[in-house]
Amino acid sequence: MSAELAQFLLSGLTVGAIYALVALGFCIIYNASHVINFAQGEFVMIGGMATASLLGAGLPLAFAALGAVALAALVGMALARFAVQPARGASVVTLIIITIGAAILLRGLASIVWDKRIHALPAFSGDQPINVAGATLAPQSLWVIGVTALAVAALWGFFNRTLTGKAILAVSHNRLAAQLVGISVQRVLLVSFALSAALGALAGILIGPITFTSWDVGLLLGLKGFAAAILGGMGSGPGAVVGGLTLGLLESLGAGYLSSAYKDAIAFIVMLAVLMLMPGGLLGGRATERV
Amino acid sequence: MRGLLALAAVVALAPLALANNYHYEIAILVGLNAIVCVGLNLLIGYAGQVSLGHAGFFGIGAYGSAILAARYGWPPLASLAAATAAAALLAWIVGRPILRLRGHYLAMATLGLGIIISIVVTTEDRYTGGPDGMSVPPLALAGFTLAGERAWYWLVGLLLVATVWLSLNLIDSPVGRALRALHGSEVAAEVAGIDSARHKLLAFVLSAAIAALAGALTAHYAGFITPGKVSFLHSIELVVMVVFGGMASTFGAVVGAAVLTALPQLLTVFKEYEMVVFGGVMMLTMIFMPKGLVPTLAALAGRRR
Repeated sequence: MSAELAQFLLSGLTVGAIYALVALGFCIIYNASHVINFAQGEFVMIGGMATASLLGAGLPLAFAALGAVALAALVGMALARFAVQPARGASVVTLIIITIGAAILLRGLASIVWDKRIHALPAFSGDQPINVAGATLAPQSLWVIGVTALAVAALWGFFNRTLTGKAILAVSHNRLAAQLVGISVQRVLLVSFALSAALGALAGILIGPITFTSWDVGLLLGLKGFAAAILGGMGSGPGAVVGGLTLGLLESLGAGYLSSAYKDAIAFIVMLAVLMLMPGGLLGGRATERV
Repeated sequence: MRGLLALAAVVALAPLALANNYHYEIAILVGLNAIVCVGLNLLIGYAGQVSLGHAGFFGIGAYGSAILAARYGWPPLASLAAATAAAALLAWIVGRPILRLRGHYLAMATLGLGIIISIVVTTEDRYTGGPDGMSVPPLALAGFTLAGERAWYWLVGLLLVATVWLSLNLIDSPVGRALRALHGSEVAAEVAGIDSARHKLLAFVLSAAIAALAGALTAHYAGFITPGKVSFLHSIELVVMVVFGGMASTFGAVVGAAVLTALPQLLTVFKEYEMVVFGGVMMLTMIFMPKGLVPTLAALAGRRR
């Protein structure tokens, strides 16, 4: 394997892990409420920006990161409680506009509460690059991939081993039936928004040392995570992970071998192609509609 | 018909309230956005198909006409027509596979399309001037140049009335009834013998062509165009105008365009809070008036009576 190819694969996997986290966030909210949350990217921004500002206040990294994740989870719950719940039963386009409105609101708040400058988080464990098959790997990439793997494992456990996780799955399969066995749909909505906000914030913290963070990073990251979710199959958890990693690799290889100017377009070309040719995505089931 | 006359009267009498060129400028922008929204409303409000990528078509009209006129020396009217036709053609080609999708999936596909167009516009800076934008020659025909706020006001006002007239007629025609049937239930419409694919495609192509025409006019009027007009956020602004004014209400689309074009001008008093207020207004109107302004007010007035 040439060193160049190894380099592209490594950076693709790193970015792909981030896309996977964002896509998982989309997926959890979509399953619990059938809402596409366009504010998902803003959670990523909140994660990075809040960590940067807490670090600036003198907190150690671990506490700053925890604080940022908690803040994002709170914002997520507020979004569910005050914006999504009151609009239950509204049309697709109405819900889309509500979450986009929330994204604009959060971005505006971030630019006021924090600032409009670009912040770099320090790497978690130094900048000494590691040599892998002729390619250089930043230690932060290992953090990104490792923590993402842990988060995915924890999510698997949550959805398969805990009562709350199973309740969320039940609601996503059949709302009414879930209500009939005594599951509070409201609580499920709150938990799933908090969870996916926390995942988004985690992504923002992990990638902070590599791509930097600022008040307006949420839009593009959110939309790409969204393309990853579609590629994997909307609503499928394993699909979100596979979709995220695949998209990261495609983007990195495409930018390396085809055109770096069109790097950002790759995600959307892939998304459009998937929607036209196999709307179910890589791992999604065939959609059927009840009449 | 009464509504159309009322709109014509508003367009004809509005200059009495317009004191200076800045007022005229806002009125012209309102008119151009209203034209886009009346077209988009055919797609979103009547056919029930969400598009989050119409700024892309707007951009093809604007940049297409600008590039043909400025870089290749085409007469502006020919470039305007060619750019509009190009956007309609693209909508026709892409619309066939895309419109098979429903709900969220359609929204995502149009979103992807819009973003790809905006990335192409920003990247191909040899033609488009890249992120800095490009200047656009004024509209001219046979040596006569359309210049000045007043002349533009009458052109845009006339076009707006014509677009609304076209839209109202279309909605009352068999095609319009077919579109509304689709919105209600696609399956039921098909059972009643409506070719749903063809009608959805028609609404898509028509709304794209109208957006492109308005885009080309906006570019020639302003004399300058930047990629911001092609961005995802502009697509959202257009959809918000339609939904805010009221889906499936042609006059709602006009009102929505007027309010949301004027709003940012008013919001400048909030300075750094502008985005917060804009986002908040978007959320609150959708939560408390999911049907939009005009239908909600109409329902209120109906209840009073």
